[in-house]
Amino acid sequence: MVPTLSGRIQTRIFLLIVVGVPWTALVSLVLPRKPGGTLSGMYEATFFVLGTVIVVGSVFWEPLYHALMQFRWEKDWPILFLLLEGIPEAIIAYVILKNLGPMPKHPAAGWPAFVIDFASLWILVWLCAVGPMRVPFHRWRFRGGQLI
Amino acid sequence: MAVHDTATDRPDNLTDELISTDIWTDELVARSGMPVYDVPFVSVGGGIGSFVLTDFLRVYGVPSSSIRVLTGLDYPWQTYQYLTQVSQIPEQERLRSDSSSMPDNLWGFPSYAFREARAERTLAPLWNVVTEPILSNYWTPRAGTVFKGLQAEADRVDYWSTVVKGQVRMSRRRAEGGYFTVLTPPEGTSSTRRVAFRSRWVHLAVGYPGLKFLPDLQEYRARYDDYARVVNAYEPHEHVYEELRRRPGIVVIRGSGIVASRVLQRLIDDREQHGANTTILHLVRTYVSGAHGESIFMRRSGGDGWAYQGFNYPKSAWGGQLWRKFRTLEGEDRAKLYDAIGGTNTPKRKSWMEQLARGRKEGWYRVHVGTVSEVAPGADRTVVTKVASRTDTGQNLILEVPAHFVIDCTGLEADIAEHRVLADLIDHSGAGRNPKGRLDVERDFEVRGTRSGVGRMYAMGSMTLGGYFPGVDTFLGLQLASREIVDSVAEQGFVPKMGVGRSVSQWIKWMRKERI
Repeated sequence: MVPTLSGRIQTRIFLLIVVGVPWTALVSLVLPRKPGGTLSGMYEATFFVLGTVIVVGSVFWEPLYHALMQFRWEKDWPILFLLLEGIPEAIIAYVILKNLGPMPKHPAAGWPAFVIDFASLWILVWLCAVGPMRVPFHRWRFRGGQLI
Repeated sequence: MAVHDTATDRPDNLTDELISTDIWTDELVARSGMPVYDVPFVSVGGGIGSFVLTDFLRVYGVPSSSIRVLTGLDYPWQTYQYLTQVSQIPEQERLRSDSSSMPDNLWGFPSYAFREARAERTLAPLWNVVTEPILSNYWTPRAGTVFKGLQAEADRVDYWSTVVKGQVRMSRRRAEGGYFTVLTPPEGTSSTRRVAFRSRWVHLAVGYPGLKFLPDLQEYRARYDDYARVVNAYEPHEHVYEELRRRPGIVVIRGSGIVASRVLQRLIDDREQHGANTTILHLVRTYVSGAHGESIFMRRSGGDGWAYQGFNYPKSAWGGQLWRKFRTLEGEDRAKLYDAIGGTNTPKRKSWMEQLARGRKEGWYRVHVGTVSEVAPGADRTVVTKVASRTDTGQNLILEVPAHFVIDCTGLEADIAEHRVLADLIDHSGAGRNPKGRLDVERDFEVRGTRSGVGRMYAMGSMTLGGYFPGVDTFLGLQLASREIVDSVAEQGFVPKMGVGRSVSQWIKWMRKERI
């Protein structure tokens, strides 16, 4: 799939909700918790990260990638880029989590939990985007990733 | 009209009255004595275009009895197989086509790279598609893999029962709505010389209207009756390679697209593996020395005379930003964008780029830039190409290039009016031309001007280049066009639109190789 700007944003929101929400719910159960941290504290942190990836991704990252894509002759976005986007996004998401995230008395999520959560989420969504997405949505790849 | 039974003495049912009448009535056709077969959907061509469309219709849920594919071909990939073979892509070699451009799988998943990884128990194809085109060249499937997949899918969707053999003569509008498509069946298979198919929908996928030679080479062949030394890469020319392996020779290559790079690779393989002593002179009109384009946002890579691009259009033309842009442009503006992204180009492939570098270094591969003014016979059974060129100091000069063979790799296509069915459509059925001179189609590939009551006529493939979608003459383009067409006939009530549920269940059937 070669994305248009709206296709990028729609695909991001769709996959992070449909795949990201259940995954976050599951993975949070087994993420390493800080001493004294509760499961609900962990959920607050991981869902905050998921929300950050959806919101900041849609309003900041995707328009930026789209702008960068204009320098490419083919106006394409190789799937390797799609995977590597995860690195800057993870860094910014971590900074946002630390500064604006939920501040419980006993924080549950440290950086190891964040790395596992973010990396597993990112790779799972990437795997869905590069192939299986076309099975239920056979028109998706012919429309720049737009679902509606 | 009396209809005779013997094959030798049959009147032509295609009466003058029919030929001169633009819109036919049922009564007019009945008078001609032509048997009429009713079927909702007729596809003319029977190549990969007809196949992909039929595959979509079948997966959406149309029974094979509602589709008739009218064709002279024995199997859909016959012409394609022939053209790839003569242009130096035998079955074990790779095409210039993306891993998920799959005429045998409308979802494009799992891709050809998956298939190869599984069959050959290696992760290399998958690593390639993950890292392309950044760390590696584009992964492309072998021709043989594609043919095998087409065979399996044709069996699975019962394609064969839709096929009616014969030569299509014309499609005309029907006064009562829909169309009549006239077919000349093979000798001895029908009691009449022609038969007619009455359908609500007609789909045209007749492929190339014809191949065209470079005018100077055409003139040479006609004037000197020499069809052995001046050849087209799209016609059988194995004798050229055979003779060049037997004795040293000089060959001139014209063109700088994918076919030129394939032919060069073959010539150099023969040098390196079979001891041929061939000198290659490559004639190009414009020498691409590096990245080129009007702005930093429109710059294509290039070098050593070639413009480099993975596929025949920038990738976003198939469903990305360029796809969207093209859909909004009309007339001159669209033609301009075609020119900006068009031009001959070839994919970067390490193997032949290294071969050419060796050739340049050792002196047996040379590039000449200029315009050919004349081709004429020379001494010792050679062909001399006269090239109008310019020196670095701006002086004009005529270069005479003698060679034992000239191979035309430009792959020019003939005008659409060279094809009888298309010419008839323009003359009698209201079809017109797009800004690039080919058949004018809507965004959903309906042929503009040919609507007939409740009937619709669609066209796809090379004949529609210049329309709202540029990648027409490609596997993925055929899929994209088929999707538009099948959704369009679905909206007209032919079949329900395929939603999420059916898409998933049909994909599972595809995976399980279940017949539908």
